[in-house]
Amino acid sequence: MKTKGARAARLACLFLLGVLLFNYPLLALFNVRASLFGVPVLYLYLFAAWALVIFLVARLMERGD
Amino acid sequence: MLQGWIIIGASFAYIGVLFAIAYYADSRAEAGRSVIANPWIYSLSLAVYATAWTFYGSVGRAASDGVGFLPIYIGPTLMILLWWFVVRKMIRIAKLNRITSLADFTASRYGRSALIGGLVTVIAVIGILPYISLQLKAVSTSFQILLQYPEIVMPKKGGTEILQDTAFYIALLMAFFAIAFGTRHLDVAERHEGMVAAIAFESIVKLVAFLAVGIFVTFVMYDGFGDIFTRAAQREELSRLTAPLGTAAGGYATWVWLTVLSMLAIVFLPRQFQVAVIENVDEEHLKRAVWLFPLYMLAINLFVLPIAFGGLLAFPAGQVDADTYVLTLPMARQAEGLALLVFIGGLSAATGMVIVETIALSTMVCNDLVMPVLLRLKALRLAERGDLARLLLDIRRAAIVAILLGGYLYYLIAGEAYALVSIGLISFAAVAQFAPVVIGGIYWKGGTRAGALAGLTSGFALWIYTLLLPAFAKSGWFGLDPSFLERGPWEIALLRPTQLFGLTGLDQITHAMIWSLLANLGLYIGVSVVGRQSASEHAQATLFVDVFTQTGERGSRWRGTTSASALQTLLGRFLGPQRALNLFTAYALERGLKSADQLEGDGELVHFAELQLAGAIGAASARAMVATVAEEEPLGIEEVMTILDEASQVIAYSHQLEEKQQELEQASSELRAANARLQELDRMKDDFISTVTHELRTPLTSIRAFSEILHDHEDIDPAERHRFLGLIIKESERLTRLINQVLDLAKLDSGLAEWHNQALDLGNLVADAVSSTSQLFKARGVAVETHVEPNLPVVLGDHDRLTQVMLNLLSNAVKFCAEETGRVEVRVRGDGPSVRVEVRDNGCGIDREHQGLIFEKFRQVGDTLTEKPSGTGLGLPICRQIIGYLGGRLWVESEPGQGSVFAFTLPAAVAAMPAMRVATGN
Repeated sequence: MKTKGARAARLACLFLLGVLLFNYPLLALFNVRASLFGVPVLYLYLFAAWALVIFLVARLMERGD
Repeated sequence: MLQGWIIIGASFAYIGVLFAIAYYADSRAEAGRSVIANPWIYSLSLAVYATAWTFYGSVGRAASDGVGFLPIYIGPTLMILLWWFVVRKMIRIAKLNRITSLADFTASRYGRSALIGGLVTVIAVIGILPYISLQLKAVSTSFQILLQYPEIVMPKKGGTEILQDTAFYIALLMAFFAIAFGTRHLDVAERHEGMVAAIAFESIVKLVAFLAVGIFVTFVMYDGFGDIFTRAAQREELSRLTAPLGTAAGGYATWVWLTVLSMLAIVFLPRQFQVAVIENVDEEHLKRAVWLFPLYMLAINLFVLPIAFGGLLAFPAGQVDADTYVLTLPMARQAEGLALLVFIGGLSAATGMVIVETIALSTMVCNDLVMPVLLRLKALRLAERGDLARLLLDIRRAAIVAILLGGYLYYLIAGEAYALVSIGLISFAAVAQFAPVVIGGIYWKGGTRAGALAGLTSGFALWIYTLLLPAFAKSGWFGLDPSFLERGPWEIALLRPTQLFGLTGLDQITHAMIWSLLANLGLYIGVSVVGRQSASEHAQATLFVDVFTQTGERGSRWRGTTSASALQTLLGRFLGPQRALNLFTAYALERGLKSADQLEGDGELVHFAELQLAGAIGAASARAMVATVAEEEPLGIEEVMTILDEASQVIAYSHQLEEKQQELEQASSELRAANARLQELDRMKDDFISTVTHELRTPLTSIRAFSEILHDHEDIDPAERHRFLGLIIKESERLTRLINQVLDLAKLDSGLAEWHNQALDLGNLVADAVSSTSQLFKARGVAVETHVEPNLPVVLGDHDRLTQVMLNLLSNAVKFCAEETGRVEVRVRGDGPSVRVEVRDNGCGIDREHQGLIFEKFRQVGDTLTEKPSGTGLGLPICRQIIGYLGGRLWVESEPGQGSVFAFTLPAAVAAMPAMRVATGN
């Protein structure tokens, strides 16, 4: 069982990670006309990063119990 | 084949299902088995965030901006990570203070200010109108397009009569739904279980519909994601959309501001506040919502880009509005069922938003705008009217109709000039104005009412100037012509609404957000810092900011008193007399009183009544209403400061510390006492051992002395020898008796003694004992008399042990009686539920101070130095042990010179045992 403080700190860290992932300059790296498996890399990146954040939050919130 | 009646029929059937769900959830809630009390429903109800904007508008935005639609969903994903801090706090505050809406929340925070509540309501209502118009536009457009099937024709713009306009009828129908869902009865907590259940269901429907069309476009019309994007990449104007964000940091301003805007919207949209805070059943539900709600948004956005590109590829440029691709793509492929499902999904998204939004807004309009005014109008004499519940509901119903008509009006004025997403963003920018005062309000105690007023007013004014006015101007309403935007008012270029003070190079939303939030935040903080809080503001600020650190009940802050019945009548007027009676009775029972009549109108009860009332009419109005029946003594500012400031917390803590210290002191003194008792016991054990050894040595010494005499002097004369031998025998007997008694006592003490309990007739037993000691009495010339009451109940006891007690008492009596004149009386009689035995002698008696001692081991009364003890000193302790074990009591009553009475009682065995008297013979 994690303490309340630890969970809050991890949530805050995930928030900061999200801010970093969905912002300039990281976003600019993928803002190019290139594609992977036919899908533009920017689209792939955004949805993958989004899914990653959701996965990490779900793991954090559901494992604590 | 998709005739009008099929579409309308399907829509009504769908709405019917929603009503059924709402009705079911409401009835379950009344039975106390809530269906919405789980984190899944809570998360799904949050998805009311996804409206027709998401359903139709995202694709439209994607078709022009590529990923430009995404910040609206990434923002909430980020924000919800902070919900654990922010929204959890809001939920706690709302529950403790019976908050019913965002306006109520803000008003409560700033000293229950009706002015703040009213201002928030006005901003919310005007700010949300564009958002509602967006829903009306989306539904009416999709309906008109579907009606033209199989042709794909965009509806004509403008020029329709109101009475022939689909959007008008949709507005009226939605008003009807909202009224039916939200204003059926007045709830003290302002919660709507049925509505939440229906919204959760709608969230599933719109997701399924959107995923269905997404899969259809991606995998049926085209050959998967790769196929669509590869085809699009071959067209230059489309490949631009795969990297739309620009290369310089400045190019990301729109992206960042949209993210920030949607972060604020997910908290401060009235409907989100309603479902996330007011309708929340359990704070723990947040834990799952934190990831489930973002997952929902991810799922509903997964196919936006494929559908947008699919539409761009399928239709010639400019012929079909991109906002309608979701619907027109299935129609173009003659997928009738899917097109109908899409329409229902869009309807679902729109009605869900409209229902929750208008219910939330109507509560605000009623509680924070209309009621405060009505209650202040002395001419209406509203405060004295009987049943107000009906009036409250009517106000809310009227508010819902007015809001929807307002939304329709906005649709007429400005609806055509913008795409769906742009209309919605105007509303987002309006509700973002609440962020400084609300977030500041729950984390910063220093925020004042004046600061909040200044911040809100300036932010709202700038929002009107930079967003609403240009929207009207573009459509040429209110005598504004579009050139106004180009040249500015009075030809002052610096005041151009979309390039205020010459700020250029930004899109309209970013521009408006920068100016309005700058003014809002600046004035809120600036005015707060310069100004000063009133006493009640400070009290509320502390209450909000320190909500997690306050423990238990708040002290009764209402310092006046009134009568309980006046309060009950007041509550009855708003909630109905029966409801009020129930609430008061429950309150009384909670406090251990029998009924509501016994309640006293103290500060706590006034506070309770105010909270209940706040649930129905808002905090500010509740304060005013309670004040009509309860006169409050004015609260001096210094007084409140000392009660509520941090200083008081310090005092409270030090008080707690003091209490703790006292507890510790008490515990340690108890420990000391226990320790002393242990030492005493230890000393007693030592005493006991030394006494026992001493007592054993006395007879041993005499035995040894006499034996040595006999051994050394063989010539001793026979008579003398006989006497010595007799002494030796007597002393050994005494030694044996002593050892037996010590063993006996040890057994009794340790509980190892064997007991043979049976039903006994004490009369017989006593008579037997007397007769077996008769020799002793004769020897000392002491008279003995026995009186046994007839028909005594039997007692349970060990025959031998009780005989032992009697013999001991009798021999003691003989021992302390004067020879020849001694007289012993033995009496056995009933004593209530017990049988009592008394042995009375006329001996020397015992001092009162010695009466306790004689029951202690080895304590014999009298001067032990001069008088040779005539017993072992263990007899009475053993007797007391035996009687005590059998559930009775042994005591002595005596006065010096008056003789003594040794008495004991034994509880009678159950009355139904007379047959067992037979067993007493042995």
